[in-house]
Amino acid sequence: MNDKKPLWLSASALYVTALLSTVFVFIIFCAAEGLFMSGPTLFSSVWAPDSQQFGILPMVAATLALSFSSLIIGWLLALGCLCYIHGFGGKTSASLLSALLRIMTAIPTVVFGFASVFLLVPLIRDAFGGSGFSWLTATLVLSLLITPTMAIAMEGAAAQTAAETSLTAAALGLSKAENFVWVVLPASRKWLRGAALLGFGRAAGDTMIPTMLAGNAVQYPGSPIESFRTLTAHIGLALSSDVGGTAYYSLFVAGGILLALSAGANLLLRSLRGDGEE
Amino acid sequence: MIKLLTKITKEKRTRSTLRIKFYALKALAFASAAVVAGGCGALIFFIFQQGFQTLDVRLFFGDTPPLEAIFHAAPVWEGIWPAFAGTFCLVALTMLMALVPGIGCGLFLARYSESGLARTLSSGIELLASVPSIVMGLFGFVLIIALRRTIAPDATTSIALAAFCLALLVMPALVVTTRASIESLPPMLEITGASLGFSHNAIMLRLLVPAAARGILGGVMLAMGRAAEDTAVIMLTGVVVNSGLPAGLASKFEALPFLIYYTAAQYADESELLRGFGASLVLLMLSAALMGAAWLCQRGMERRFRGN
Repeated sequence: MNDKKPLWLSASALYVTALLSTVFVFIIFCAAEGLFMSGPTLFSSVWAPDSQQFGILPMVAATLALSFSSLIIGWLLALGCLCYIHGFGGKTSASLLSALLRIMTAIPTVVFGFASVFLLVPLIRDAFGGSGFSWLTATLVLSLLITPTMAIAMEGAAAQTAAETSLTAAALGLSKAENFVWVVLPASRKWLRGAALLGFGRAAGDTMIPTMLAGNAVQYPGSPIESFRTLTAHIGLALSSDVGGTAYYSLFVAGGILLALSAGANLLLRSLRGDGEE
Repeated sequence: MIKLLTKITKEKRTRSTLRIKFYALKALAFASAAVVAGGCGALIFFIFQQGFQTLDVRLFFGDTPPLEAIFHAAPVWEGIWPAFAGTFCLVALTMLMALVPGIGCGLFLARYSESGLARTLSSGIELLASVPSIVMGLFGFVLIIALRRTIAPDATTSIALAAFCLALLVMPALVVTTRASIESLPPMLEITGASLGFSHNAIMLRLLVPAAARGILGGVMLAMGRAAEDTAVIMLTGVVVNSGLPAGLASKFEALPFLIYYTAAQYADESELLRGFGASLVLLMLSAALMGAAWLCQRGMERRFRGN
């Protein structure tokens, strides 16, 4: 049993590790450089490159506002779908919904965005006024986009618990729905929280939905029908700017903030899961 | 007496709040099912309804004869063929760069590493799986600038760079699915192999890898789907609207997702818009097919070892 490891396996493990840590180091290094070179200019409130004002705070606020608003709606939707699949829904419709959630993960984000530009944006425009490209529009689509990820993560835990407890619960005279609400849901509370972290990471990191639907005006999120620009959209849009200079550094700082957000959510998720294993 | 009364009312109150909670969850369940099915159904139906009428040879090739477009590389002006071919090349290149290291690293983690090292490595890889794709694109962009300042003054964003960044994006997923497929195999396979006198490497390469091949293949399909649909990475690493077929590794290219994004923002007339819908439908079917194939592979693997 003590023969040598195949070289190509160790080599590829080394290669992957080296590449991926390079990404981290590069982004962190560039973000630090950006902060060092023009930190005070960046952390202000006005973005007007023509008059040398490069504040990215409105975009940070927009990113947080959009991720949290769509997280709340998406999490409720995911929880509702979970309740429907394991508790209240009929057998056929529940498995149809479960299949739909899986199909939804296969829909490209850009297709979601494209359909919404021509379907949802006119509806919002007619109903609430404004251009239709707004916080509300982006929130609605983004929450639909992150729902399947969270629902599937929740389902893994809930299905297992339901299988373990259903017999006992039935013997106690609980219906399937009652078992789900009073036994399964409280038991999988940790997974419900974990799913929220997963959803937050996806919502904060998504680029196409805010770029296509949120209107991209750099301002603080005021009302749901106003438009704004998130950090991801900023990176996607601002590339035409010249290499060097403050506008350019703002991209790196934006990238650094996004990396910190997603890594933070991931680390929290891991510590949550770590508690569960003990 | 008063104590008893308060106790009873308290009990009643908790019971009624419990009942409210139950019915609130029930309402939430039905509302969410309706919203998700309705919202998503409307979007898919809309794409199909608009895109289906455009789905023919003209959508791909415009007025250029198809064979000429494919073999003689005659330029296609009014079709999505260049974007389609660009996506195809991009996915192929990405897989070329990601497959061997991704699968190799997964096998290494599953079988050869010390458990402490494996835990550290795989948590690092998990951390990278959550990096937003636009950040990967930004990395590629920075990389080119760094190259330009140092060893390659005329380096520019290109299909090779885009594929490299996409490979970084899908590698963690490949590692994780490969490792999970190997680890989900029943232990009796390994024990049988060892009792027959197979070496460690032979058990790995002759028994475990073939047995887990379907699961690994499923992971590959998922990675391909991700590479085909991602827009944010290629936006920063060399995609353009009009370049024709990719001319070489260092050239710019067209791709379906970017074409769709661009159409939504900049369409000039009705026919361009319809072409956008056609492209959306094609991309949707492409990623649905890849996802479906992945699902079939992974389900087939589960079945095989459950004995039914």
